[in-house]
Amino acid sequence: MSFKRRDFLKVAAGTAGLALLGPGKSADASSAVPNPNNPEFFGMLIDTTACIGCRACEQACGEQNKLAEQPAEYWDDKTMDQPRDTTPDTYLVVNKYPNPADPSKPIFSRKQCMHCNQPACASACLVKGLEKTKEGPVNYDKTRCMGCRYCMIACPFDIPKFNYDSPTPVISKCVFCTSRLKNGEKPACADACPTGATLFGTRRELLEEAKKRIYTNPGKYHNKIYGENEVGGTGFMYLSSVPFEQIGMKKNIGSTPYPEDTLGFLFSVPLVDVLWPALLAGLYSISKGKDAENQKDEKETHHE
Amino acid sequence: MSKSISIPAQTYTGNVRDFGSLVTFLISQLKPRGKMLTPFNIITAPIILVGGVLIVIRFWKGIGYVSNLSQEFPWGIWIGFDVVTGVAFAAGAYVLTFVVDILKFKKYEPVLRATVLNGLLAYVFYSGALLIDIGRPWNIVNPIIGNKFGFSSVMFLVAWHFLLYMICEFLEFAPAIAEWLGWWKLRKFLHAITAGAVILGITLSTLHQAGLGSLFLLARNKIHPLWYSQHIPMLFFVSSIFAGLSIVIIESSLTHRIFAHRLPKGNHGGHDEIVLGLSKGAAGTMLAYFFLKIVEIVHGQNIHLLSTPMGQWYLLEVLGFVLFPAFLFLSAIKRRSVKMAQFAAVLTALGIMLNRLNISIIAFKWDSPNHYYPSWHEVVITGAIISIELWAFRWIVNRMPVLDERHDPQEVKMNNRRH
Repeated sequence: MSFKRRDFLKVAAGTAGLALLGPGKSADASSAVPNPNNPEFFGMLIDTTACIGCRACEQACGEQNKLAEQPAEYWDDKTMDQPRDTTPDTYLVVNKYPNPADPSKPIFSRKQCMHCNQPACASACLVKGLEKTKEGPVNYDKTRCMGCRYCMIACPFDIPKFNYDSPTPVISKCVFCTSRLKNGEKPACADACPTGATLFGTRRELLEEAKKRIYTNPGKYHNKIYGENEVGGTGFMYLSSVPFEQIGMKKNIGSTPYPEDTLGFLFSVPLVDVLWPALLAGLYSISKGKDAENQKDEKETHHE
Repeated sequence: MSKSISIPAQTYTGNVRDFGSLVTFLISQLKPRGKMLTPFNIITAPIILVGGVLIVIRFWKGIGYVSNLSQEFPWGIWIGFDVVTGVAFAAGAYVLTFVVDILKFKKYEPVLRATVLNGLLAYVFYSGALLIDIGRPWNIVNPIIGNKFGFSSVMFLVAWHFLLYMICEFLEFAPAIAEWLGWWKLRKFLHAITAGAVILGITLSTLHQAGLGSLFLLARNKIHPLWYSQHIPMLFFVSSIFAGLSIVIIESSLTHRIFAHRLPKGNHGGHDEIVLGLSKGAAGTMLAYFFLKIVEIVHGQNIHLLSTPMGQWYLLEVLGFVLFPAFLFLSAIKRRSVKMAQFAAVLTALGIMLNRLNISIIAFKWDSPNHYYPSWHEVVITGAIISIELWAFRWIVNRMPVLDERHDPQEVKMNNRRH
């Protein structure tokens, strides 16, 4: 039942979306076809001003990743009354936020892995269970993962999830539909989006598009692209009509890539590994000589 | 050497020549000694039993059934207490080997073996605790033998330093095992490589003590600014020194009472000197640490945060459990009061626990509406691990030459002949 409603929404929204964006703005980026040989890496642009909260992306994500099926009431709009977090069974959630300008038109935004340019999770992982690929996705390999959950501690967006209720748990999160990208397809959510609120393309193209939208629509957007500089830049970027903390985005995460925070220590490791033994051996040989002398003295006094 | 060493007769029962006699010897040693119904046994045995059942449930059903860990708080007391605090408590081994084997302060030799044994057991049991905490323990060998090394990961370095240090500590303790078995040639060889193991062990300890702190460098926006700083590695390293020293004071004071029958005669005055000497080391490093903390606060421009509730919690940790016990140590040295030094050591250890738990749990997402509290299962499992560790310690101390002074192979041979 909900399927039909959703299909209807898709079509309805498609027309509405065009009107919303105006001519030519759903634009080149959304039609970008992934090219596996492209040296630039992929990203997404989420234009929350175009999102109508139909949750087609959410549904497509569940189907694509073969996640546990949700009960019918899950797809009710009431689910969005409380902001939700991703879970081991939902890699992508659409949330509803009040619109201060027009309370009758709430703002919808989505939450999923941001696919950081320099991901904290991947730098935290001691077995490369999480890895940033050159195409853009941050991928997970459960055959390597130890389940230490350091990635969860490290991720500035609290994205990696862990199924504590399983004896064979895994880390789960959006992997940017890596398998689809390999086949030259768009990620499932971008494919499903009826309004162009989720745009797929190379990160460079999407940044251009985002800037263009801000400059050509004075007053429509809050003048900032979330993800352009956050934690050194993220693969997923957001546009919004209101400051980003009002749509549940993390503030105060800085613009330095997280892995840089541990560089100082990592560089000091080989230094200490080389210097300490040398210094200690030096100290040892000094005190050993002293020790031998003492013993000699002792013996001599004993002989006397 | 005119000073004769009294050796408890039952220590050197080992005269193992072949495999058969090794087995007989081990079986004879496995037998429990002493009374069974001691208060210690009555308390720890049920904890171990219940903990054992809970551990089975954890592997059968999953971590979620026995813990309060969540998506928001992925690390609880199994990491924050068992590993992060426990490793700081085990730091006595590298500090004392430095003092005795590198600087040649022979005064501290009587407490060295017990300290190294404690460190070794702590590491063995904490990696055991890690197996319970990590979700996919069958992959634990991946960072060691896997083809995918996460060189950029602090955790990778900590894992390697952890493993190598365990080997070093085993080598440092191995002479006691060789003496126990009566394998003098091996004992001689082990004695010859001790200095190497010690030098490597101190290096590895420096890095993984600091490394445990560095793990939290990646939690920049999650840890309260009073505890988060770029200098966590340095602070962890410096504080591990007095953490280790205060635990040596506590542990050696306890073992001297409990295992009095294992001690060489007339060594009690010596122990007082040891405690007061260690107190000097602790007080010095604590004042240095306190100074670093002040620099840290001024530099981070966080003074205004001290008036917030978290700030007062911070002041309690730094003033009440670092500065205050540091002065207690100083006063104990001046008055030559061993009791006061022991009290200061307990406060210091509590302060270290507070600091490690603050960074890993309490100040982690301090501003979240939800908080993590350990489930009783988590507490019992931790209690069981500590209890088993203490049983192992007792078993070894009652059999191997740990508390008596270290022996020269030649000397022991002569003594053995006399027996």
